[in-house]
Amino acid sequence: MEITGSIPSGGVCTPCLDERQNSVVTTGKTKTRIHCADDSLAGAVSQRACVYSGARVVLNPITDAAHLVHGPVGCASYTWDIRGSLSSGSGMYRNSFSTDLHERDIIFGGEKRLAACIDEIVRRYHPPAVFVYATCVVGIIGDDIIRVCREASERHGIDVIPVESSGFISGNKIIGYRAAAHALIRLITPKEGEVIPKTRRVNLLGEYNLGGEKWLIERYLREIGVEMNVACTGDSTVAALKQIPGGYLNLVQCTGSMHYVAKLLEEQYGTPSVDVNFFGAYNTAESLRAIARLYDEPGMTERAERLIERETTRIEPEIRYYRQKLEGKRAAIYVGGAFKALAIIRQLRELGVDIVFCGTQTGKQEDYEQIHGMLKPGSVIVDDANPAEIERFLVEKRVDIMAGGVKERVLAHKLGVGFVDHNHDRKECLAGYDGAVTFAREVFFTCCSPVWDSLRRQPDWEVADGT
Amino acid sequence: MLDCMPEGPVEHTIGKINPAKTCQPIGAMYAALGIHNCLPHSHGSQGCCAYHRMHLARHFRDQVLASSSSFTEGASVFGGAANLKTAIRNIFEIYNPEIIAVHTTCLSETIGDDLPTIIKQSEIPEGKRVIHTNTPSYQGSHITGFSNMVRSMISYLAEATEPVKKEQVNILPGFVNPGDMREIKRILQEFGIPGIMLPDTTNVLDAPLTNRYSLYPEGGTTIAQIADTGNSKQTIALGSWASDAAGAMLLDKCKVPCVPLRTPIGLKATDDLIMTLHEKFSCEVPGSLAVERGQVVDTLIDTHFHYQGKKVVIFGDPDIVIPLTEFVLTMGMIPKYVLTGTPGARFETEIKHMLGEYQVEGSIVKAEGDLFQLHQWIKEEPVDLLIGTTYGKYIARAEDIPLVRVGFPILDRAVHPLMPIVGYRGCLRLIEMISNTLLDRRDRDVSDEDYELVM
Repeated sequence: MEITGSIPSGGVCTPCLDERQNSVVTTGKTKTRIHCADDSLAGAVSQRACVYSGARVVLNPITDAAHLVHGPVGCASYTWDIRGSLSSGSGMYRNSFSTDLHERDIIFGGEKRLAACIDEIVRRYHPPAVFVYATCVVGIIGDDIIRVCREASERHGIDVIPVESSGFISGNKIIGYRAAAHALIRLITPKEGEVIPKTRRVNLLGEYNLGGEKWLIERYLREIGVEMNVACTGDSTVAALKQIPGGYLNLVQCTGSMHYVAKLLEEQYGTPSVDVNFFGAYNTAESLRAIARLYDEPGMTERAERLIERETTRIEPEIRYYRQKLEGKRAAIYVGGAFKALAIIRQLRELGVDIVFCGTQTGKQEDYEQIHGMLKPGSVIVDDANPAEIERFLVEKRVDIMAGGVKERVLAHKLGVGFVDHNHDRKECLAGYDGAVTFAREVFFTCCSPVWDSLRRQPDWEVADGT
Repeated sequence: MLDCMPEGPVEHTIGKINPAKTCQPIGAMYAALGIHNCLPHSHGSQGCCAYHRMHLARHFRDQVLASSSSFTEGASVFGGAANLKTAIRNIFEIYNPEIIAVHTTCLSETIGDDLPTIIKQSEIPEGKRVIHTNTPSYQGSHITGFSNMVRSMISYLAEATEPVKKEQVNILPGFVNPGDMREIKRILQEFGIPGIMLPDTTNVLDAPLTNRYSLYPEGGTTIAQIADTGNSKQTIALGSWASDAAGAMLLDKCKVPCVPLRTPIGLKATDDLIMTLHEKFSCEVPGSLAVERGQVVDTLIDTHFHYQGKKVVIFGDPDIVIPLTEFVLTMGMIPKYVLTGTPGARFETEIKHMLGEYQVEGSIVKAEGDLFQLHQWIKEEPVDLLIGTTYGKYIARAEDIPLVRVGFPILDRAVHPLMPIVGYRGCLRLIEMISNTLLDRRDRDVSDEDYELVM
């Protein structure tokens, strides 16, 4: 039985606004460059979030810091422990702190309340640092959170760091990543007279340890002879982050959130950076080789090659098994950042799956050009897709499996399309060689699950009216 | 998380740590989803809308569509009128709903956008409707937002057009799951009383998966039905926090009398609903419902030794927590700590009154509390069982206390939005959940010699 969507093809209700024409391109057909820095249209059912959201996801995995959200309670409630960043130590970051602003605070200002909340948290928990996130309303009423944080910092002798993340500044999480970057730099800048000695260790920027990836990558690096200084920010602590300036090299994984930090670190501490990507066997191998090249130490390249050889051989039978099952299936990808999109494209291609639709919330021009180059002609690329567009392309392109986040999951399922979570809801480690197998298994499970048969084989009966 | 609870009693007087509520707009969005062919619209930054949709989608495991005014810095400085007007035009053009239900956010409230005027100045296609409600996030909770949106539906759309009131009842179900709404509608059907449920998220957020997907699901109260609530002879408002305001508005605007009742959770609250329908519509109580009630009583008697005397924590939204507390009291359990994040002193008064009736002493009851406080109390004196939302799972693990998941949100279990906790069938389900949870715990904990086949 064929699944049909809600939008009549060629009918009265066109899913794409005229203004959005430039945000959709078809590979091999469209000549124009994709528009991607545009703000979302008012009235669009956008999958995008806000500046606060972007800042919060970057800083939240700092495990032993208190994350205090300055605003009405909602912004803290919705972000309470929703990112499954794993911690090997403190669980402080999994608590939700809100100044819970009331009407009188909106009228008279929330600074006193903020200061009192910081005092209470510090007295109670003695965290090494407090991050104070500004939300929309704080930006409007003009609370001087920088001053409140500075004073609290002096009062308590710890880092109290303002994050200027009022939501309305932009609907683009990238701006939030930038707010987080400034907060990070503020945290790691050595005190006057303090010197962080340079080491031979690497910093891993843009790894959030959602499924234990940081630990796996750390193991690979150790095997080839590289020690990790700190991951930024997965499973990190305030003390560990303060050692960032001592890194020999910055590995940048989530390009959306961390290129900017890498640039600042290079300017301030002279640390060079290299893009890496540990999602999928191919990316993992390329990344290990690149690191070995940059270290230029005797034996490192050989150790990397040995690791790659051993692991590739080990997982090859399993990947082959899944590839047989998945060859020729059609996939759609809609994720937050281009880094993730590129990683998934590569992994799906390794499994013989065709990517027929790809979109991101925050991709940049050069990202889209790269994506464009990796897809077969006739595939659709969309910036900031709305559900109507996603729906249209899932149906039109006869998609078998979609990779995306929570909002896409329900839509995919409604359309009878399998779904694999490559976002912050996932629980499995998807990095490295083991992650490649896990990913393949997840794609196989959802693509080839017997549950779809129940949808397709409906009993042929007459149904009376009524709900 | 677990090691983050400071030792000993700590003063906590300001802000919220691990909140037991969220903000108004999500309640308004949920209510608006219960209107047929409606697109909820969030007048504020994109993040609000994204968070609410995500949170609702996680609880209901279903598609939640809503649009946003997508505020930027400019809108925040110069006001959001232009954004809202553009949004209304775009929404009707692309998503083509019958009605847009706009709610505000802390941002647009603080800027002071005058929604009625902006809506009046907007281009609204013939036959389409735009309604709005004010949901400043810095007041009340998600329940307040729900209440405000339902009241606005009445104030915008309900009309008393008939000279004589119709033999039909308006049911204001409050912030409950579609499974609960479905069960209340079934009770009406058993009675044979025509009714209008407002809002009605059945077949919206518990819609079956068929081979046809549609942007707007089949369910939801239609605009015609909302208009017709003004012609009903009776309103029953279930849950005073979520429904009283709309009930009062119906009385005020359309002279429809309203009986405020508790959400029909537990034996007594369900009895009250049945009796009210029986009295107001002068019809006999269907035998089928009497049978169901008898089954509940039978089950209570058969199983009371599984749970009687156990100390229990109940936390969540006031309209759920109040009748649930009443029910566990009738079960012989001891509500040790009862907490809601929603403000309102009468929560404490009502619960304390119930505890007094059952001569339960030494309990703590708190409105506008948070889960940090709850955890502190439990550390001082532990309990046997937690009943509440998913957010109780941290305490459950830290203190090794079983958790029965009831309320909103439940993010880590499925199927619950489809299964009622209201009505007599809901009683059976609650008894089953509570009883089984305690027995599972016993089976896990007892030594081999005490491990029983028959319990």
